Amino acid sequence: MIGVLARLAQDTGDGILVPAEPIQAGVTQIATPEIQWVALLPHLILVVGGILLLTIASLFRHRVPRWAYTIYTVAVAAGAIIAALPLWVRVQDAERGPFSAIAGALGVDGFSIFITVIICAGVILTALLADGYLKREGIDGPELFVLLLLAASGGTIMASANDLIVLFLGLEILSISVYVMAAMHARRFTSLEAGMKYFILGAFSSAFFLYGIALVYGASGSTNMIRINQYLASPTGVVLSENGLLLGGFALLLVGFGFKVAAVPFHAWAPDVYQGAPTPVTAFMASAVKAGGFAAMLRVFVLTFGTFSGDWQPVVFALAVLSLLVGSVLAIVQTNVKRMLAYSSIAHAGFILVGVEVATEQGTAAALFYLAAYTFMVVGSFAVITVVGRKGDGHHELSDYRGLARRQPVLAFVFTILLLAQAGVPFTAGFFAKFYVISAAVDAENYSLAIIAMVSAVIAAFLYLRIMISMYMSTDSEAVTGEPDRVPVPLAAGIALFVACVVTVVIGFVPGPITDLANDAVPFLVQVG
Amino acid sequence: MNGGVDAAYLVLGAVLFAIGAAGLLVRRNLLVMFMCVELMLNAVNVTFVAFASALGDIGGQVAVFFVLVVAASEVVVGLALIVAIMRRKPGATADDISLMKG
Amino acid sequence: MPNPLNELLRQYLTVAIFAGLGLAMVGAMLGVGWLLRPDRPEPQKYINYESGVDPLGVMWSQSQIRYYVFALLFVLFDVEAVFIFPWATRLEAYGAFGLIEMAVFIFILALGLVYAWRKGVLRWV
Repeated sequence: MIGVLARLAQDTGDGILVPAEPIQAGVTQIATPEIQWVALLPHLILVVGGILLLTIASLFRHRVPRWAYTIYTVAVAAGAIIAALPLWVRVQDAERGPFSAIAGALGVDGFSIFITVIICAGVILTALLADGYLKREGIDGPELFVLLLLAASGGTIMASANDLIVLFLGLEILSISVYVMAAMHARRFTSLEAGMKYFILGAFSSAFFLYGIALVYGASGSTNMIRINQYLASPTGVVLSENGLLLGGFALLLVGFGFKVAAVPFHAWAPDVYQGAPTPVTAFMASAVKAGGFAAMLRVFVLTFGTFSGDWQPVVFALAVLSLLVGSVLAIVQTNVKRMLAYSSIAHAGFILVGVEVATEQGTAAALFYLAAYTFMVVGSFAVITVVGRKGDGHHELSDYRGLARRQPVLAFVFTILLLAQAGVPFTAGFFAKFYVISAAVDAENYSLAIIAMVSAVIAAFLYLRIMISMYMSTDSEAVTGEPDRVPVPLAAGIALFVACVVTVVIGFVPGPITDLANDAVPFLVQVG
Repeated sequence: MNGGVDAAYLVLGAVLFAIGAAGLLVRRNLLVMFMCVELMLNAVNVTFVAFASALGDIGGQVAVFFVLVVAASEVVVGLALIVAIMRRKPGATADDISLMKG
Repeated sequence: MPNPLNELLRQYLTVAIFAGLGLAMVGAMLGVGWLLRPDRPEPQKYINYESGVDPLGVMWSQSQIRYYVFALLFVLFDVEAVFIFPWATRLEAYGAFGLIEMAVFIFILALGLVYAWRKGVLRWV
C-alpha cells in the first residue's frame, strides 16, 4: 500500500513523499546582520540580568535572602551604566561619532546613552525603595526586581530604536512588565484595579500606536526611521497635508505617545493607576517609564519627522498647554497626596512636551535635562510617600502628613526639599529644568507657550505648598486623639532618599555638568554601514 | 511599488479597528473589552499585510509576526489580571473596578 | 503539457487517499467492535462514570481554574512557534548564525518553563 502511494507521489513529480528538489548542498546563504555586541551591551546586561535573576531565584527559592535581590538589581543597573560609559566616549569622539547596530535596527548616539543612564538610575532608586516596601508588605520573591530590569531594558530599547517596529517591541516590553508590576500587591484590590486599568488603556494606546506605524509604513514604504526620514526629506517627497496616510499615521502615533506619557487629554488613567499601584512602582512609572516614552517621542517626532515639524507642532502645542494647565489645576483639588503627585506628574509631562514642541536641539537638550532632574525629584518624593504610607500602603491622605515635621523632622525636611524642587524653586534641580525648557520655548519665539508654562508653574507651586503646610502645621485636634507613631525608614529607602535629595540639590547649585551632557546628547539617525 | 494598495483591505482594517476601539469604550465586560483590544491589533495586522503586498516588501509581513507575539503576551498578562480580579470579585465588570476616583 | 490545475489535483490525491484510508480504518475498528460486542442495555450504564460512585450535581459546571494556567502557558509558548517555523523552512540558508540565534531564543523560552516548573504551576494537584 505504502509502495503504491510512493509511486503515485513519484509520478506527480512533486509529491509529499519524495521531494522533487532535494535540498542542495550549496544553498544560497541569507545575509545575516553583523551584531555589534559592544553597542548592545547595556541592553544585554539588563535583559540577561533579569532572566538570570529569575532563573537563579526560582531554582534556589528558599535560600536567597531578600536583600540579595536588591543588591543584585542595583549591581546590574550599575553595570549597564558602566557599559554605557565607553559608548558615550566613543560617540562623543569627533572622528567616530554615533553609529547604528544590527543592520540599522538600533542607533547608538548620545541621546540613547543619556536616556539609558537615566532609566538605570531610576531602576537603582526604585530597587532600593522596593526592598523595604516588599518586606513591610510581606511580598516574597524576586519577580518585582526581574520585571524592573526587563522593563528598563524595554525603555532603553525604545530610546535607541532606529526602527518603528523595534520601538514598538521596546514599548511593549516596558509596558507589559509595568502592567504586572502595578498589580503586584495582589492582596490590595486597588493594586489589581490599577493593574487592570493600566493594562486596558495601555493595550488600547499600543493599538493606536501600532496603527500609526502601519500607516506610516504604508505611506513611506519602510518602518526604518532612517528611510522614513530620507523619504520625507527627499525633494520629490510628499506634501504632508495631501498625504492622508502619513498625516493619519502621525496623528495615531501622537495618540499612542500621549497615552504613554499621560498627556492631557489622554491622562485619565494616570491618577488611578498611580494611586493604586505599589508606591515604588509608581515611582518607577513616573520616572523611568516617562523617560522611555519621551525618549521615543523625541526620536520619532523631533528627529524622524523633523522635516514636517510644522504639521505636528500645533497638536503637540495643544497637548502641552492642556497638560500644563489641567495637570496643575486638578492636582490642587485632591486630598490624596499620591494622587496629587500623579496630577503634578501630568503637569511635569506638559513641561517636557514644551521641550518637544519647540523641535530644536535646544528643546531636546532641555527635555533631557528635565527628564534627568525629574527622575531624581519624583523618585525621592515617592520614596517619602512609600515610607509614610505605612503597612498596607494606604496612608496617603493629606491628614496623614499632619505633624510629620514634629515627629520626624529629617524626613519632613527631605520631602520639603524635593517638593520645592518639583515646584521649581531656585537652587534646586527643578528650577533649572523649568528654566531651560522655558528658555528653549522663548528662543524658538514661542512666547505663548513659555507664558503658559510659567503660569502652570505658579499654580503647581500652590499644590506643593499645601503638602508642606500640612507637614509643618499640626492641628489641635490631633493632640487630643493621640499622635500616630513614627514611621520607620528602612535603610535602603533612606539611601535612595539621600541620593535623590543630594542629586537634586547639587544639580540645583551646579547644573553645568548635566547641562553639558544634555547638550552633547543630541539624537542622530545614522545610516547603516 | 507595484500598482498601489487595494483600498478594500485598508477599509477593512480601518473598520475592524474602529469596531474594536468603539467596543472597548462601550462594553463593560472585562473579557469583551479585552477581545476588542485583540480585534484592534488584528485590524492593524490586516493593514500591515495589505501594505506589504502592495509595496512588495517583506517588512510588513515580518511586523505581523511581532504583533502576533506581542498580542499573545498581552493576552497572557491580561487574562491573568482578569482571573485575579474575578477571584476577588466574581462577575466583576469595568464599573466594579472603580474604587479610586477624583 | 500538464495542466497546472491537474497537477495540483493530483498532488492532493495523495492527501485524499491518506485521509480516506484513515477514515476507513477508524470505521473498520468501530464496526468490528460493534459486530463483536454483546449488547445488553441497562439504565445504570448511562450514568456518567465517576470512579464508581454515583455522580452528584449537574455536569455543566465551571472548570477548574487550574486549566486556565495551562491554557495561558500554552498560548504563550505556542505563539513563539511563529518565529521557529520560518526559520526551520530555511534552516540551511541561515547557516550557523541562525542556528545560534534560534538556540538562544529557545533557551530563553526554556528558562521561562523552568520558572513555571519551580513555581509549581506544572504540577497537577
